[in-house]
Amino acid sequence: MTQAPATNPVVVELKDVHKRFGANHVLKGVSFAIPKGQVVAIIGKSGSGKSTALRCIDRLEIIDSGTIEVCGHAVHDPAIDLRRLRQDVGIVFQSYNLFPHLTVEQNITLAPRAVKGLSGADALAIAERTLRQVGLADKAQAYPEQLSGGQQQRVAIARSLAMEPQVMLFDEVTSALDPQLTGEVLRVIEQLAQGGMTMVLVTHEMEFAARVADTIIYMHEGKVWETGPGQMLREPQTPELRDFLSHGL
Amino acid sequence: MDYTFDFASVVAAWPQFLEGAWLTIQLSFPATVIGFVMGTLCAIGRRSAVRWLSKLCGAYVEVVRNTPLLVQVFLVFFGLSSLGWKVPAFTAALVALVINVAAYSCEIMRAGMDAIHKGQLEAAECLGLTRRQVYWHVILRPAMEKVYPALTSQFVLLMLATSITSQISVEELTATAARVQSETFRPFEAYILVAVAYLALSLLMRAGLWLFGLAVFTRRRRLGTGVAR
Ligand SMILES: Nc1ncnc2c1ncn2[C@@H]1O[C@H](COP(=O)(O)OP(=O)(O)OP(=O)(O)O)[C@@H](O)[C@H]1O
Ligand SMILES: [Mg+2]
Repeated sequence: MTQAPATNPVVVELKDVHKRFGANHVLKGVSFAIPKGQVVAIIGKSGSGKSTALRCIDRLEIIDSGTIEVCGHAVHDPAIDLRRLRQDVGIVFQSYNLFPHLTVEQNITLAPRAVKGLSGADALAIAERTLRQVGLADKAQAYPEQLSGGQQQRVAIARSLAMEPQVMLFDEVTSALDPQLTGEVLRVIEQLAQGGMTMVLVTHEMEFAARVADTIIYMHEGKVWETGPGQMLREPQTPELRDFLSHGL
Repeated sequence: MDYTFDFASVVAAWPQFLEGAWLTIQLSFPATVIGFVMGTLCAIGRRSAVRWLSKLCGAYVEVVRNTPLLVQVFLVFFGLSSLGWKVPAFTAALVALVINVAAYSCEIMRAGMDAIHKGQLEAAECLGLTRRQVYWHVILRPAMEKVYPALTSQFVLLMLATSITSQISVEELTATAARVQSETFRPFEAYILVAVAYLALSLLMRAGLWLFGLAVFTRRRRLGTGVAR
């Protein structure tokens, strides 16, 4: 794995981020920075705040205090231009969330046309390229319900890539898939990593995280508990991570 | 049980029935189209985060759904003329029907919109689509597709309910039957004929709406015919 130099400009930076849902204090001062081209995997127990942290980066949740900078956008600022933030950030969820009434191709061309104002021909060219990238060039005319879960998830990735984001966020994108379908989705993500895409992966696939990620963040009770390279999973420093690894695998 | 049917005089009045049927169509078609568009906007208003707008749309729906159509027709007809607006009975009838069908369409479309998976809306939002674009590209067509059978029934009901406008002297099918029977003294035959005419209109309308659905909901058409690619 080619390690992205840590001297690259930082594209995602969280500083002392707090987030509460009512009385539930979910993020208790989360800080981390991701240089351009790096792949970061976030691991941790259910309920430790992994998804919440990811959603805060794309302003799907609004933080209570702290700062988040993403590609030069101040995400914590109420006056942020959401449209521009979301052109720079792609996000893929566990449930693929494809638009069921549109073909694969239409799913992908919708945002480039509606948001970026691309012509039909330009959008089609992008759809063709991103579908090839995820290995589904032959499925352009299919409807989502005609595809397997793994194929749908790859279309969802292609749909995000079509907006040419600077950062991709993945929230447990293989958790709903059978083991044999998981592989095809992980391969796509790995190719993206090799292509130099900056990515944040929330994942339960420990081997995959260790292999693909430059940095691993272990979250525990709303805090960044331990952080380090893939090696960290073999030599956990804290009893919590050791415990998580022995039970979680 | 010694009634002898005599359709001759009633059937002879067919041009009047035809005219009546035409007026029924002229009331139903625009009322359906305008009412559906208004009802869809009302459903969007009900789902809005703006409290007063959502409340207002909800109140409108409840008032209309809990009062008789005949009373609504009278209210519009006499209301407009009391306010000094001289409008023909046909216009008053059309306005009342639009108000009525919009309220029912609002309820139906709202159910369809609420049934769209939240994840799809979030995905659209994350792709940078504005709220308006999300409605247009992601919500409207699938929502309509989900509730299309209910909408079809409601629109057919509306067409049948236009008979009520005969009460403010709109010369549609039912009013025609009333007039023909008073001229021929054959009420049974006249209303049998008019029932058959409504039945034909209903079937025609269902067929038309079915074809429209086939044209608009392309996915259903493609998957329905088993053309898997
Ligand atoms: N929209 C919400 N409203 C209220 N509470 C929420 C909301 N989203 C998350 N939470 C709460 O925040 C806490 C952290 O949730 P989060 O989804 O971030 O955990 P997670 O680490 O992603 O867990 P998992 O591995 O199960 O996905 C949980 O206690 C959850 O109940
Ligand atoms: Mg989660």
